[in-house]
Amino acid sequence: MSVCVMAGIFQRTVRLRAALRHLCPHSTLTCAARPSPADSPFLACGSGQFVASTRKLHAEPKSSPAAAPERLPFSRVTEEDLAYFRKILPGRTITDPDLVESSNVDWLRTVKGSSEVLLRPQTTEEVSQILRYCNSRNLAVNPQGGNTGLVGGSVPVYDEIILSTSLMNNILTFDNISGILTCQAGCVLENLSLYLEERDFIMPLDLGAKGSCQIGGNVATNAGGLRLLRYGSLHGTVLGLEVVLADGRVLDCLATLRKDNTGYDLKQLFIGSEGTLGVITAVSILCPRKPKSVNVVFLGCETFEQLLKTFQLCRGMLGEILSAFEFLDSECMRLLNTHLKLPNPISDCPFYIVIETSGSDPEHDSQKLHNFLEEAMTSTLVTDGTVATEESKIKALWSMRERVTEALTHDGFTYKYDISLPVERIYQLVTDMRQHLGDRAKSVVGYGHVGDGNLHLNITSPAKDPALLAAIEPFVYEWTAGCQGSISAEHGLGLKKRNYIYYSKPSQAVALMGNIKAMLDPKGILNPYKTLPDNLK
Amino acid sequence: MSGRVLVGVKRVIDYAVKIRVKPDNSGVVTDGVKHSMNPFCEIAVEEAVKLKEKKLIKEVVAVSCGPQQSQETIRTALAMGADRGIHVEVAGKDYETLGPLQVSKIMAALAKKEEAQLVILGKQAIDDDCNQTGQMTAALLDWPQGTFASEVSLDGDKVKVVREIDGGLETIKISTPAVLTADLRLNTPRYATLPNIMKAKKKKIANVKPADLGVDLTSRLEVLRVDEPPQRQAGVKVETVEDLVGKLKETGRI
Repeated sequence: MSVCVMAGIFQRTVRLRAALRHLCPHSTLTCAARPSPADSPFLACGSGQFVASTRKLHAEPKSSPAAAPERLPFSRVTEEDLAYFRKILPGRTITDPDLVESSNVDWLRTVKGSSEVLLRPQTTEEVSQILRYCNSRNLAVNPQGGNTGLVGGSVPVYDEIILSTSLMNNILTFDNISGILTCQAGCVLENLSLYLEERDFIMPLDLGAKGSCQIGGNVATNAGGLRLLRYGSLHGTVLGLEVVLADGRVLDCLATLRKDNTGYDLKQLFIGSEGTLGVITAVSILCPRKPKSVNVVFLGCETFEQLLKTFQLCRGMLGEILSAFEFLDSECMRLLNTHLKLPNPISDCPFYIVIETSGSDPEHDSQKLHNFLEEAMTSTLVTDGTVATEESKIKALWSMRERVTEALTHDGFTYKYDISLPVERIYQLVTDMRQHLGDRAKSVVGYGHVGDGNLHLNITSPAKDPALLAAIEPFVYEWTAGCQGSISAEHGLGLKKRNYIYYSKPSQAVALMGNIKAMLDPKGILNPYKTLPDNLK
Repeated sequence: MSGRVLVGVKRVIDYAVKIRVKPDNSGVVTDGVKHSMNPFCEIAVEEAVKLKEKKLIKEVVAVSCGPQQSQETIRTALAMGADRGIHVEVAGKDYETLGPLQVSKIMAALAKKEEAQLVILGKQAIDDDCNQTGQMTAALLDWPQGTFASEVSLDGDKVKVVREIDGGLETIKISTPAVLTADLRLNTPRYATLPNIMKAKKKKIANVKPADLGVDLTSRLEVLRVDEPPQRQAGVKVETVEDLVGKLKETGRI
């Protein structure tokens, strides 16, 4: 990087470090110092475990920005509260620790809360009753969908009541002329895809977690995924939302209109709000037609520059039929070969590209694809590759990209970074990080939605390693800030990245976010400790 | 020996596709449904190409019987490394009733015409699961057969075949010319790489009619009805052990 950029980063670092120092909780309250739960008979039996149990987070010192802050003074659940929940949700108020356990831990198994209550409403009315009650009692609530988030936003930090949308899984309507689907927030993405595919449509988003993630959670986190390149983000494809606000009021903006310019577009506030402004209970979404012809190409490139040139060529020659452009590096391939025994479809190359085309005419598409591949090969931008038109082969090629996340979990403890950068700089971060860490890390891999400028940088070590973490952060955030990139392209902020927001957003913007949060959730009961930084200036 | 290997490849509905029965129960829906090469035929092609790469044989000829679209299947074999293709045109009613007996007659005729040293087929097709074509072809030619092959090695004018059978593995040695059918563990078919896909576009596919080979396509079989397997009933979840016992009593299980 140039000297000027380095100097700029240094100055920014000084300012940011000063800002971050304010975020360190200066109190030294520990678990044992909590007020005795003598007034809540329910907790009496469990209190011993409760006080002794520790949240298993990164083993960073208390002053680390990713660590949880001290528990805010919310009420604790009492026997009366449980009686109320059991009355409105008979058989769906879970307090058995074994059953609540899995909802307390995130998918990556890096964050664990200590909630003792899991609620499973089936209707919007039930969600409204729950929130109205919790708001009046000052009880904190953690909305939870498929629990596949990667930033610790989907699980409790302390004893927040878990509000699961899993039983709200009905499809409400589908119009096969407009392609508009309305459904409850707990519908699993893959189930929606299967439903639509039978009717000749598809969901506008697709991600590796599709078998478990729920549409409400996707909307709350503005999930990106593999099809964003072609169909755009949820900010464009979501037409309406039904949201229950912190005080139990039901906000019905579940319009199914493609165009509606009547007043402020409130749903945009909730898309990406990560459950902190309201609980999404129903979604209406615009779905594209199922393509008649899908081709997947797996290519190998010698250098990242050639990869980018291939992308430009692709855009030019495949144009409107391009539906995905993903990359992975040779380290990812090594992990796929080693841990998942997936063989390389082509010869070993430093970089691999997965290209998908989707169109309405197989002959037209294969002709365009043929021309593109011929050009890519003769200009030696691409050194090897293979094409799939059959469903089974397409799935096999896609799994080379989709299962990298899984392969990483077998390699050791993973530090995940989801960064948006100018496309030309994407791989520079990976090379710089490798150089910076040397052999402190086990593997350093880069992959992701290169077509959208989104890098997934992952670093593994045999076990949780605070020294390694200290070497990675804030280096990675400062590097990103230096290019005006985003420190969280699609994963969101959740618990782990909430305090890094200032790397990518100016303080006036964050302050305004705080105002909106205070207006919609004055008691702050919705998903506390997440998304917004601890110290809102 | 000619050093020529004939490989039969069949175009079938892709195994990842959900099969639907036609409303009149006369067959399954094939219109607009994704088709691909039968997985066992892929393994057969891979084995033939491997033999050529080891220089044990000289030429791989891919054969497919069917309508115009069968040519795509032959192209896939060419992209995997076959040298040329033969498309035996069978369309319409004849294609609907095309089965192992007719195909084996065609393969036998072609094997004689091309002076093939080996005929390699998949052990069965995933649409009809007949597992008959290889055996019938060998019988018509009066050639030895090595079926359910999980390992093949050429040794002069003999072929050693390790066969997967119910009791385990059986090793036989047969003389060429012979018919082999490929089983799942024979090899892992390669992905057709781009350079080969480009080359394949230039390889020749000859067009042949069954009548030219003196083959009569009349079928001796008539499909009466095709039905879906009975729907699996959803299970019932109960909350307590008492409920479970009650339900079991209710349905007369205990």
